Amino acid sequence: MLAPLVSIDAEDAVLEVSREQVREAAEELARLGFERLEMVTAVDRGESFVLVYRVSSRALSAAVTMKAGVPREDARVASVYEVWPAADWQEREVYDLFGIEFDGHPDLRRIFLPEGFVGHPLRRDYDDPRMIRRPDYI
Amino acid sequence: MPVDVQSRNMVESDDGTPVEELLVNVGPSHPSTHGVGRVLVHLDGDIVVKADMIVGYLHRGIEKMSENRTYLQVVPLTDRLDYVGSMYANWSYCRAVERLARIPVPERAEYLRVIVCELQRIASHMMGVGAAAADTGAFTMFVYAFDLRERIVELFEELCGARLTYNYVRPGGVSFDAPDGWTESVMSFISKVDGMLAEIDDLFFGNAIARGRMKGVGVLSAEDAVAWGATGPTARGSGVNWDLRKHAPYSVYPRMDFDVVVGDNGDAYDRGRCRLFECHESTRIISQAIAQMPGGAVMADCLPRLLTPPPGETYDQIESARGSLGVYLVSDGSPRPYRMHVRSPAFCNLALLPKLAVGHTLSDLVVVLGSLDPVFGEVDR
Amino acid sequence: MSPVLMGAVWGLAAALLIALAALIGVWAERKIAGRIQRRYGPQQAGPSGLLQTLADTVKLVLKEDITPAQADVAVFRAMPFLVFVPIASALVVIPYAAGWVPFDIATSALFFLAVPGLSVIGILLAGWSSRNTYASIGGVRAAAQMISYELPRTLSVLALCLLGGSLSTGTIRAEWRLWWVPLTAVGFLVYYISSVAEVNRGPFDLPEAESELVAGYFADYSGIRWAIFMMAEYGGITAASLFGAAMFFGGGLGLPEPFAGVVFVALAVALAASMIWVKWTFPRMRPDQLMSFAWKILTPMALVQLVVVGVVLPWL
Repeated sequence: MLAPLVSIDAEDAVLEVSREQVREAAEELARLGFERLEMVTAVDRGESFVLVYRVSSRALSAAVTMKAGVPREDARVASVYEVWPAADWQEREVYDLFGIEFDGHPDLRRIFLPEGFVGHPLRRDYDDPRMIRRPDYI
Repeated sequence: MPVDVQSRNMVESDDGTPVEELLVNVGPSHPSTHGVGRVLVHLDGDIVVKADMIVGYLHRGIEKMSENRTYLQVVPLTDRLDYVGSMYANWSYCRAVERLARIPVPERAEYLRVIVCELQRIASHMMGVGAAAADTGAFTMFVYAFDLRERIVELFEELCGARLTYNYVRPGGVSFDAPDGWTESVMSFISKVDGMLAEIDDLFFGNAIARGRMKGVGVLSAEDAVAWGATGPTARGSGVNWDLRKHAPYSVYPRMDFDVVVGDNGDAYDRGRCRLFECHESTRIISQAIAQMPGGAVMADCLPRLLTPPPGETYDQIESARGSLGVYLVSDGSPRPYRMHVRSPAFCNLALLPKLAVGHTLSDLVVVLGSLDPVFGEVDR
Repeated sequence: MSPVLMGAVWGLAAALLIALAALIGVWAERKIAGRIQRRYGPQQAGPSGLLQTLADTVKLVLKEDITPAQADVAVFRAMPFLVFVPIASALVVIPYAAGWVPFDIATSALFFLAVPGLSVIGILLAGWSSRNTYASIGGVRAAAQMISYELPRTLSVLALCLLGGSLSTGTIRAEWRLWWVPLTAVGFLVYYISSVAEVNRGPFDLPEAESELVAGYFADYSGIRWAIFMMAEYGGITAASLFGAAMFFGGGLGLPEPFAGVVFVALAVALAASMIWVKWTFPRMRPDQLMSFAWKILTPMALVQLVVVGVVLPWL
């Protein structure tokens, strides 16, 4: 089932799950008492994206960072909207800027960029002739 | 002659009769003084059936830009996030950098950070309360609140030379020490703040018309506040007793004595009043901080010319005027951040608008928007 | 002189009076608002900013007259006048001095109450003909508001008519006694609040200064057409203040002639200034709260006033 949690008391507890386990892990965390979803974001690591979820619990005085790797070619993952509605806009943002699709999200559409925008800017390989790159020697 | 009302939707109402829905576009530029946000409202008569919040008009790609700048060059970018509260926006980013790079911050710098952050909190709440008052039509209250804010901004100008985007809190400390007499000016200002806040409370929140406009409008339950990720006065107005300064303290806040302001009903009135009373608490913190502040350096002396934190990642959050402002920072050992993400409280709070506005009238929608206190620089990044 | 010619002359005089009132009124409003907000108002144009309104009027006259492409052009262009003229016409039936009413008819009080109501049509059609959602909403709200507040206003003035035994404003002024003031105090309060609502001012300016949305029913009007709406608003304030001072306070509190005129003007100015004061102090009422206030609070108060006056009447 789930990989054991690193340590629920540590300051930076990190839980690494696979893409398929995201929804299950989210429900388990919610059941454990992590009622608050602080943040959903993603990091482009080249071959894959790493989805980063941060949840916290008031009662347990703890916070857990859950990470899931998502392959670049098939960037889909289950949405955690049903577990924490706070994921609504956060997942839309990740979809907009990274192109990761969330299955089960009620209204997955771009949030910052216009409707007809092509591309996902926060990917490392996003190239736009209007972008200005600073030289490395600074 | 062709008539072009925004749009005419025939929809089925609950009892099966076809009803014409009116689509009204509020924004993106509107006199509601909150910035560029657009609400596409579906109206049935005067009642809001659906309110679609459309953001992104101020999206500047700050997260992408910060991948192309050194760690120090990102600090002015964070100024422009929550431009009404640049001090704490700077601070939250700097905390993440300091954690990644393990930079010790001198104590005087921590106290100065707390003082400016609390002053900034008062200024930001004055913007929030003033804008909420202007939305209901009490323009005079807006001016009174801005009178208070103006004095704080003048204090900041004495301190760091800027009125809005300060670039003051830097990784490792703060950029300038307080000039001579600055702490005395702050103390004398604080002695007047309570009176001015009481005046605003009496004139605006005590007014029967303002109560009628704000009480019972946009009611948010405590469970919904937590489930939807609302933080700050938006959540505390609903009774959620969660303030990072108290419940997950950072910096020198454990040494400060103050209370957390919590509301009861979760309506717009309680949220606004929460903001007002938080300013009182901020004055308490400031006077304690000024009393306890030691001398010494204001910037860590072991900083390299070009900050290069070791590879790793961290997430750190502080209590800004709008809620938990967090920064998720990933470093790959180069002088530039690999990924910087800002967990923006205004963004998470604003996600509640479509839910809170349903069932109210169009005038109430604006009141609800004001009570959520969005700053679109932070929402859109 | 034929009545038509007389009517035209007095109408023109009323329009000029309103223009003057608007000139001074806008200046007064900006100065009072400024002082309430701890700042100076206009200062640069003329001594103490007195010429500011004149400068603004010149600017407005020179502005381009924009008509929205989809608006109903004839109606759109005519509506400022339909709003302005009824309010101007209300000024000619006010007794300015003992025995002198510019347009003395037997039912002048009724004329004052009824004729400005025609401007409701103007506002409604101004919003409608703009073919703009906000303007339409604003126009409908304004119409509903003004119609609702007609009733308490009429009832409160009716109490005075009962006391004075006539519908003629000149007669009421002549019959006025000092003890009417406490007797009709409630009626005066109802009249004052209803007048503020009738001219879409103060806490009741949701249709007009929908600062939450846009400027309501005159959102699409620019330049001098907008200025005519503004003049109509100040004309309404002037008319309401003058009428209130003339009727509820006997136009001079029954003092002998030179003092009566001064007191009358002073009272009218005080009422107008208080309307400005109220606008800048209070937030706006929501439309449904506004309506329930008119129907559930003001109308019963006016009815109570009527009953009180009716009970006292046999003893007069």
